[in-house]
Amino acid sequence: MSAYIYIIGMCVITSAIRILPLLILRRPIKNRFLRSFFYYVPYVTLSVMTFPAIVNATDSPVSGALAFAAGLILSWIGANMITVSAACCVVVFIAELFI
Amino acid sequence: MTNRQAFLRGMKAGVPIALGYFAVSFSLGIAAKSVGLTPFQGFLASLLNSASAGEYALFSLIGAGASLIELFFVTLVANGRYLLMSCALGQKFSEDTPLIHRIGVGFYITDEIFSLSITTPGKLNPFLNYGAIAVAVPAWSVGTALGVIAGNILPASLVSALSVALYGMFIACFLPPAKQNRILLCAIPCCFFLSYIAFRMPVIGDLSEGTRAVILTVVIATILAVAFPLKDEAEEADI
Repeated sequence: MSAYIYIIGMCVITSAIRILPLLILRRPIKNRFLRSFFYYVPYVTLSVMTFPAIVNATDSPVSGALAFAAGLILSWIGANMITVSAACCVVVFIAELFI
Repeated sequence: MTNRQAFLRGMKAGVPIALGYFAVSFSLGIAAKSVGLTPFQGFLASLLNSASAGEYALFSLIGAGASLIELFFVTLVANGRYLLMSCALGQKFSEDTPLIHRIGVGFYITDEIFSLSITTPGKLNPFLNYGAIAVAVPAWSVGTALGVIAGNILPASLVSALSVALYGMFIACFLPPAKQNRILLCAIPCCFFLSYIAFRMPVIGDLSEGTRAVILTVVIATILAVAFPLKDEAEEADI
């Protein structure tokens, strides 16, 4: 089978997953449980995707952990997204010079 | 916010996303090359799918000459979390958002673009997404093609450093709103802890990161929704 069939096949399935809920759930959800559930979803998803993945992403877990700490501190004190993101990269780069 | 302002704001937020994408997609390109894809096929796979775990799975399926049935189930598992994100994001649309914008936004729901749009206050302006997409998706697609062409040009130290860019962006999205909300403030460290436990556990730890994220999200968000339901519509307004 041609590689293009796989590429387009995945595109069709993934697009259905991504787009159908936006087409079907057009009205605001009234149910209190569901509203609360979807309110918490982004925070939970993003937190569980960040840790421990950030520590495992780098060559050394130490540099990943330092980047994690730097990211938490900087966003806590109000740094913007670009600053936080760049600082995490710089921390890893510098830390790995010494490891 | 006018559409133009939203687009520019999206482009600005797209810069760190693009940096992180470039690093990740470069290594994705190396995987594409190993199963014999051309730079154009790598480019196309990224342009049409924009899903890191999903594309890794895609390339290994191509390498194995898998059936379309397998492709179907692997895609559901690797990309299933976008279903949750799409449901959550749909609640931020104005009810009268036209079909074309629902499709336009939906096609490029990635972890990063989702986190940007869901944490921007107020109703969702699709042009915010389009701005971020205009910057981030070319980086993702071209990065994949370059990875196929020249997998080993970037020094390993640089790849390692760039690999945390996306996580930095996630932190900048989920942490600031938690400063004003005690429930989130307690929930986030719990999420870290449970995520670590799940990563270490047998069986669940062996699942792909995407699948683990779906399971953890459903379980933890259900517990939070039961224990701390929202009081009224106003409480949602800040997300």
